[in-house]
Amino acid sequence: MFFLFDPISLIQPDLGFSFWTALAFVCFWIIAGKFAIKPIVNSIETRNQKIEDELLSAQKAKQEFEELKSKNDDLIKEAREERQRMMAEAKVDIDSFRSSEMQRAKDDATKLIASAKVEIETQKKAALNEVKKEVGNLSIQIAEQLVKEKLTGDSAQQSLINKLVNESIAAN
Amino acid sequence: MDCNRLIFKILFSVLLSANVLASETHTAPESTANSHTEGSTSHVTTASPSESHHHEIKSDQGYDPVAFIMHHIADANEFHILGDLTLPLPVIIYNKSNQTWFTSMSSAFHSHHGEGEEEVNGYKMTGSRVKAIDNSQIIDFSITKNVFAMLMGVAILLFVFLKASSAYSKRENMAPKGLQAYMEPLVQFIAHDIARENIGKNYMKFTPYLVCVFFFILINNLLGLIPIFPGSANVSGNISFTFVLGFISFILINVFAKKDYWHHIFAVPGVPKPLLLILTPIEVIGMFIKPASLMLRLFGNITGGHIAVLSIASMVFILGKVGTSIGGSIAGGVIAIPLLIFVNAMELFVAFLQAYVFTLLSSIFIGIAQEEHH
Repeated sequence: MFFLFDPISLIQPDLGFSFWTALAFVCFWIIAGKFAIKPIVNSIETRNQKIEDELLSAQKAKQEFEELKSKNDDLIKEAREERQRMMAEAKVDIDSFRSSEMQRAKDDATKLIASAKVEIETQKKAALNEVKKEVGNLSIQIAEQLVKEKLTGDSAQQSLINKLVNESIAAN
Repeated sequence: MDCNRLIFKILFSVLLSANVLASETHTAPESTANSHTEGSTSHVTTASPSESHHHEIKSDQGYDPVAFIMHHIADANEFHILGDLTLPLPVIIYNKSNQTWFTSMSSAFHSHHGEGEEEVNGYKMTGSRVKAIDNSQIIDFSITKNVFAMLMGVAILLFVFLKASSAYSKRENMAPKGLQAYMEPLVQFIAHDIARENIGKNYMKFTPYLVCVFFFILINNLLGLIPIFPGSANVSGNISFTFVLGFISFILINVFAKKDYWHHIFAVPGVPKPLLLILTPIEVIGMFIKPASLMLRLFGNITGGHIAVLSIASMVFILGKVGTSIGGSIAGGVIAIPLLIFVNAMELFVAFLQAYVFTLLSSIFIGIAQEEHH
C-alpha cells in the first residue's frame, strides 16, 4: 500500500476538527476565564493597590515621625533653656538669700554682743556695789570691834587691827 | 520567523526535487531496483516484523520522505506510539450522502494480526484516516490524534490555571510562590503589557480571551515539539485549528467594535467621496484579511517547523538508503543531529513567539476596533 498524499487536504479546514477545536477552546475559555484568569488578574491588581497604599502610608508615617521628632527636639531644647534659666534664677535667689541671712546673723550677733556687754557692765557694777557694801560693813564691824576692845598699847593695838582685818577678810 | 520560513522553503524544495530525481532514477532500471529492494525488505521485516504503519512509507520504490512527512503533518484516526503499538481512538463519522452516523474504534480497522486493513460498515482506513469506500462525503467528528492531543493540552492548562488561581485565595496578598510565581508574570504580561497597552480601558473584557488563546496555542506548540507519544501531533499547525482561533478573533474584533471603527471602514474621514469607492472595498476586505493573516501565519510557522524537523530527520534514511547502507546512515546522523538540535531549539523559541504574535496582533486589532475619537 502506498499512502497517497493530497496536498489540498493540508490547507482545507476540516469541519470535525474545527468543531472539536471550538468546543475545547470555548470550554477552556469559559472555565479558565471565570475561575482562573479574572481572579488572578483581580488579585494581582488588589495586591498591587495594597502594596502601593502601604508604601504611601509608610511614607506618611515616616513624615509624621519626622515631624514628631522635630517637635520633640524643640521641646527638649525649650526644656533645656528653661532649666538653664531656672538654674540661673535659683542661683541668684540663693545668693541673695545667703547674703541677707548672713547680714541678719551678723546683726543678731552684734545685737547679742551689745546686750552681753550691757549685762556684763551691770553685773560688774552690781558686783562693785556689793564689794563696796561689804567693805563698808567690814569697816563698821572692825570699828565696832575696836570700840569694844580695851586698847593697851600701840603694838597690842597694831596686832589687834591686823587680826581683825584678817578675820574679816577670811569671813568674807 | 522569516528565518524559519526560509529554512522551510529551502528544505521543502530540496526534498521535492530529490524525491522527483529518486523516483525517475528508480523507474528506469526497474529490474535492478526490484532485486535490490527485495533484499532490503527482507532485512527490514526481520528488524521490525510487523511495522504495518511504516510499510506504506517504505514502498518498493525505496524511502519516500514527502509521504513520510505529510503523513506526520496530517491528522490521523489513531495515535501511533512506537513500532507496532498504536493507541486506538474512537471513530465518529457522519455520512452526508446517506445521512447516517457511524461509530467505532480505530482498532476495528486492523485485522487481528496487525497486518492489512479491514472494512467496517463500508468504511476503510487509508493512510491512518477512515474514509468511505464508495467515496461519499463524510464529516469526521472522531477523537483523532489532533483532538486527543488538544484535549490533553486543555487538561494540562486547566490543571495549571486552577491550581495557580487557588494559590491567590489561599495566600491572599502575599508574594507569589511555586506554580503561581511561574504563571503570574505571564498572565500579568498579557493582561497589562499586551491587553491594557493596546486595548485601553476596556481591556478586562478581552483579557481572558487573550490569556486563553496565548496558552492554548503555546501548549499545543510545545506538545507538538515532543517527538514521542503524548506529543508530536501537529495541532497548532492544522489549518482547522488556526481557522477557529482566527474566527473567534474576528468575532471579538467586530462584535464589540465601536462606532468609529465602522465609520472608518465605510466612510474614511477626511477623504474625497469618489475615493471611498476604492477605499471602502479595501477596508471591507481588510476586515477579513486581518484574522486570515493570523490564521495563516500560525499554520505556516508551525507546519513549517514540523516539516523542517522531519526533513532533517529523513536525511538519515535518505543517505542510509533505508538501513541498507550503514555508512550512509552514520553520515546522515552526523549531519542531521546537530541540525536537528538547532532547529528544535529554534522551534522552541517559535512556539513562544507565535503564541505571543497571535495574542499581540489580536489585541492590536481589537484595540483598533475599540478606539474612540472624541
